[in-house]
Amino acid sequence: MTAPDLFFWLCAAVLMMSSVFVVSARSLVHAVFFLILAFLNAAGLFILLGAEFLGMMMLIVYVGAVAVLFLFVVMTLDTGQPGGTLRARLPAALAAGAILLLELAFVAFAGGPTEVPEPLPGGVSNTRALGRLIYTDYAALFELAGAILLVAMIGAIVLAHRYRPGVRRQDPVRQFVRQQGESIRLEDPAVGAGVSEQGR
Amino acid sequence: MLDAVLTILQVTLGILLVVVPLLVCIAYLTLAERKVIAAAHRRRGPNVVGPFGLLQPFADGLKLLTKEIVIPSRANRVVFVLAPVVTFTLSLAAWAVIPVSEQLVLANINVGVLYLFAISSLAIYGIIMAGWASNSKYPFLGALRSAAQMVSYEVSIGFVIVTVVLCAGSLNLTEIVQAQERIWYVVPLLPMAVVFFISALAETNRAPFDLPEDEAALVAGYATEYSSMLFVMFFLGEYASMILMSAMGTILFLGGWLPVPGTEVLPVPGIVWFALKTAFLLFVFLWVRATLPRYRYDQLMRIGWKVFLPLTLAWVVLTSAVLVAFDWLPEGV
Repeated sequence: MTAPDLFFWLCAAVLMMSSVFVVSARSLVHAVFFLILAFLNAAGLFILLGAEFLGMMMLIVYVGAVAVLFLFVVMTLDTGQPGGTLRARLPAALAAGAILLLELAFVAFAGGPTEVPEPLPGGVSNTRALGRLIYTDYAALFELAGAILLVAMIGAIVLAHRYRPGVRRQDPVRQFVRQQGESIRLEDPAVGAGVSEQGR
Repeated sequence: MLDAVLTILQVTLGILLVVVPLLVCIAYLTLAERKVIAAAHRRRGPNVVGPFGLLQPFADGLKLLTKEIVIPSRANRVVFVLAPVVTFTLSLAAWAVIPVSEQLVLANINVGVLYLFAISSLAIYGIIMAGWASNSKYPFLGALRSAAQMVSYEVSIGFVIVTVVLCAGSLNLTEIVQAQERIWYVVPLLPMAVVFFISALAETNRAPFDLPEDEAALVAGYATEYSSMLFVMFFLGEYASMILMSAMGTILFLGGWLPVPGTEVLPVPGIVWFALKTAFLLFVFLWVRATLPRYRYDQLMRIGWKVFLPLTLAWVVLTSAVLVAFDWLPEGV
């Protein structure tokens, strides 16, 4: 047993265990923490397989950005227990699990490439090889994926953005160009008269 | 099996060789901070413990270690203790890929820059966990501020890294430094270097962007409920990430271990140049803290999203256009 083997089993075991905890944890925040642990170990597995670029992307995108926003939402919502009991959700959960299992079994036994392609074609580093493929052979697909993400982003903004009248906003340009003369006004009000906004 | 044990022992030794000097640097950075700020205030700073106050960090450390660890009764104990550990560990883990000289690097991996970027984006978790586990208002607000701030500034740091990688043609930190032999990237990419430094201030929660621990408004932010050893770990983690950001700036823009142009004949080892450049950037960190007032939170977000993001994005396009137009693209791409 070599050191990489040792780390493979470690990562795989922690990955499986934390995946189980993601669905069984009672607190939502704990579930997200276990999800993050699962992501970390998946990244570790990628790196052990020699796919260092994918591993780092997993860390940066999923752990560094997606899971942070997840955690943000879960923490600020403070929903406590998710609604519904396990018994009520069991049929749907089982159905989803069965479909996933079937798909995995299909990939493992029937379809998919039987041989794992060499990670390093032609002796170039894996990042470089990936870049060449993405920006030449698969450039159209890559751009398409980007466009889909853009549409999703615009959709989210359109759904969440609403114009609220009467909100006081800061205008940095106006703040910068403001002079001392405009910001201070000396008033000498008559007794009992007070000062009004417009009374200049 | 014996092989595996030997490998692990060897790696452990290497890690110790990086971590122990780093801890000493952190200890003296705290002293340097007090001395620099004292100089800015025209005071003397710590000068009682040891000659010139040189033993002050150790006295402070011992004092903090002997304090009692208080865990709030309503806190989530496991996450509460885990949070500072995560912060501290991550700030040390990043050092594995930093090349301090041509040969001296623990792990010379192909995607070194991405590794650094990934680790610095993970650093949020320590703070979010601390804020949530404390189960109290101020730490939670501090944690939310910190998370939003770090996510925002990571975006511009990412684009700064992209411009440097475009010029160097590699994600390997050693190769990035070697690519600067002709000219340090701070010269052609000066605006990016400035954006990087300011984003580094925000990313490490340092003044003038230290809103997560805003002592006037949030007591001490995410660290409010922490004491003793656990607080020390947050504190050390913050300083370690300051040194890390300075080292990153040195590698990306100041030519890493390369000597200052014109002094190549001097027999100065590369590691000394590296240390000097990093120390210079650290000094600027402290200088900024002693000079500038704290930003307002909305101003901080405005700079991040409305100024830095468009600027860096435009600069990425400009850099690639120039590289293609003048056929300056690095070889082997």
